[in-house]
Amino acid sequence: MRHKTFFWFILPTATAMLLFIALPIVSVLIQSVFAPHEAVLREVENCTPLVGCTTETTIDHDATRALREAQPMGRFVGFEIFIDRGHLAFSEVAEAWSASDGLGGFADQLANLPFYRAMAFTLTFTFVVTPLVIALGLVIALAVNALHVRLKGLAIFFSLLPFIITPLIGALVLFWMIDSRGVLGSAIQWLAGDPDLSLKASTGLMWVALITYGVWHSAPFAFVIFYAGLQTLPMDQIEAAQIDGATRWQRVRYVVIPHLMPLVTFVALIQIMDNFRVFEPIVGFNASAHAQSLSWFIYNDLGGETRQLSSASASSVLTIIGVAILLSPVLVRTWRDFKKKT
Amino acid sequence: MASRAQRLPPGLRIVLIGFIIIWLLMAAFPFFWTLWGSFKVELDFFSISNWTNALTGERTQAEYGRAFTGAGYHGSWVQEEFWRHVINTFIVCFFVVLTSLTIGTLGGYALSRSGYRYTFWLLITALIFRAMPPITLVAGYMLPFFEWNLWGILPTTIIVLVAINQPFTLWMLHSFFQNIPKELDESAKVDGCTQFQAFRHVIIPVMWPGVITTGLFSFLLAYNDFAVTTMLLSENNRTMVPEIAAYLGTTYTEGNVMFAVAAVVSATVPLFLLVMLFQRQIVSGLTAGAVKG
Repeated sequence: MRHKTFFWFILPTATAMLLFIALPIVSVLIQSVFAPHEAVLREVENCTPLVGCTTETTIDHDATRALREAQPMGRFVGFEIFIDRGHLAFSEVAEAWSASDGLGGFADQLANLPFYRAMAFTLTFTFVVTPLVIALGLVIALAVNALHVRLKGLAIFFSLLPFIITPLIGALVLFWMIDSRGVLGSAIQWLAGDPDLSLKASTGLMWVALITYGVWHSAPFAFVIFYAGLQTLPMDQIEAAQIDGATRWQRVRYVVIPHLMPLVTFVALIQIMDNFRVFEPIVGFNASAHAQSLSWFIYNDLGGETRQLSSASASSVLTIIGVAILLSPVLVRTWRDFKKKT
Repeated sequence: MASRAQRLPPGLRIVLIGFIIIWLLMAAFPFFWTLWGSFKVELDFFSISNWTNALTGERTQAEYGRAFTGAGYHGSWVQEEFWRHVINTFIVCFFVVLTSLTIGTLGGYALSRSGYRYTFWLLITALIFRAMPPITLVAGYMLPFFEWNLWGILPTTIIVLVAINQPFTLWMLHSFFQNIPKELDESAKVDGCTQFQAFRHVIIPVMWPGVITTGLFSFLLAYNDFAVTTMLLSENNRTMVPEIAAYLGTTYTEGNVMFAVAAVVSATVPLFLLVMLFQRQIVSGLTAGAVKG
């Protein structure tokens, strides 16, 4: 295809992505180094004959508005927002480092800083859910593959439901069941013999519940991918392994899993990207007191009456850097493969 | 297919079937439970005294004289006018699917037919964009949208969702178009067609399976989105998902949780039908990306 034809074909989609993905990234970057103007203060001297003179500080509304209109971006503050208490909190971290005696104490101190708490949950969620999803998906795929043909369609239909469902709705449906008054919640209380057991009261339980939701939601995706991979299984290799005396487990371990390995990489890549943006379950589970993710952190800044754009932008930039770090091994590998090919 | 020697021993078979049953229960039971519970009153669905109330509907019986009630549905659809948000959702979904397929098809086709190095870079850029959590971009939209009075209306949200959709759409259509033999449009070009005519008369008639599958996923993305719609739509223009989230704030305090339960069930129905009708396309769409790597 000639360059010119290619250009016209790609133009609409490229424009959409440029305007609504690339430009917002730039705009987020710029916003993160500007803070809103502080109100302009004015000192007024009030003199009354008997009391004497007092000076009063008032907000000069006209001057403030004029300043805000003259520079709508706000005032330039450099990386100040990035290192304030709400984000990377350099001074607090340094203080915690010098004050605490061990690594454990330091970690406890870090857990009190909102950004590090959100980061800890996001990373835990990503790196616990992803392997569990791959393992569960693989087992479901192997089990469904052994079913009778007629049952396979039905099994796939029901398995797809948790994946296709709107994340917020799926989270709510689960949350209403494991709520202390819901059916699973009561069952757990009965099993544990503790009538006061409640998700809302325990950080640990809330994390477990969120991770359970994550696995429940994404396992069908891994299952469908692996199931498709199993349909192209090299039968001759399986038979050869069997003739060589491999047990069923050994055939799975040494033939089936290596065959599925590229798919495992694919699922892991997609899952890391998707789990890193974990957000809806925290809203659905009303879990923000116990677990916050980076996305929720941004959402919280943006919502409400006061839209804290600068703070949200700084969190966004840090999140994007996080995504870039997570993706870099994949990108480097793709680049090497591409180099080899050309 | 499976030879006699590969047939499962009975013990393993039972374990596998048991596992499948447990998994299917885990996957489907929450939905049926919520559907069942949506016809009860709150004290039955969230029973403090005895969980079997949710099955027998004791309180519902006492309050309405029968074991099922449509009060939650009446409350959400009539009293809270949930139907407005349903209409908004379908407007948004329709236009998102239409637009992203139109521009995505053109782009995906071009990427699959051009052998130059920049196609690789475009696809990689799309992959990076795909990895961005959409909410990180929302902070960048706010200021300009407020400034130009674009905030809160449906068209803005539609365009934003289309753009966020594009990386995925491009990857998927790219891999579908690569499966359509190049000889097809090249022979049309030999016969004197321009590239666009070749696309119009030769490729469009055969591309529908891939386009329909991609369209399904565009629909799901628009339908399921929460981060963008909740931030960019004003109260009157909300789609279903942010509206349900808004219920959580207000109705928990007013004791109208059942409104939210009924709304959740209503929003699940279209997805349920979608999986029923298009199961094959959804599975093939999920695997298309994976098999290509």
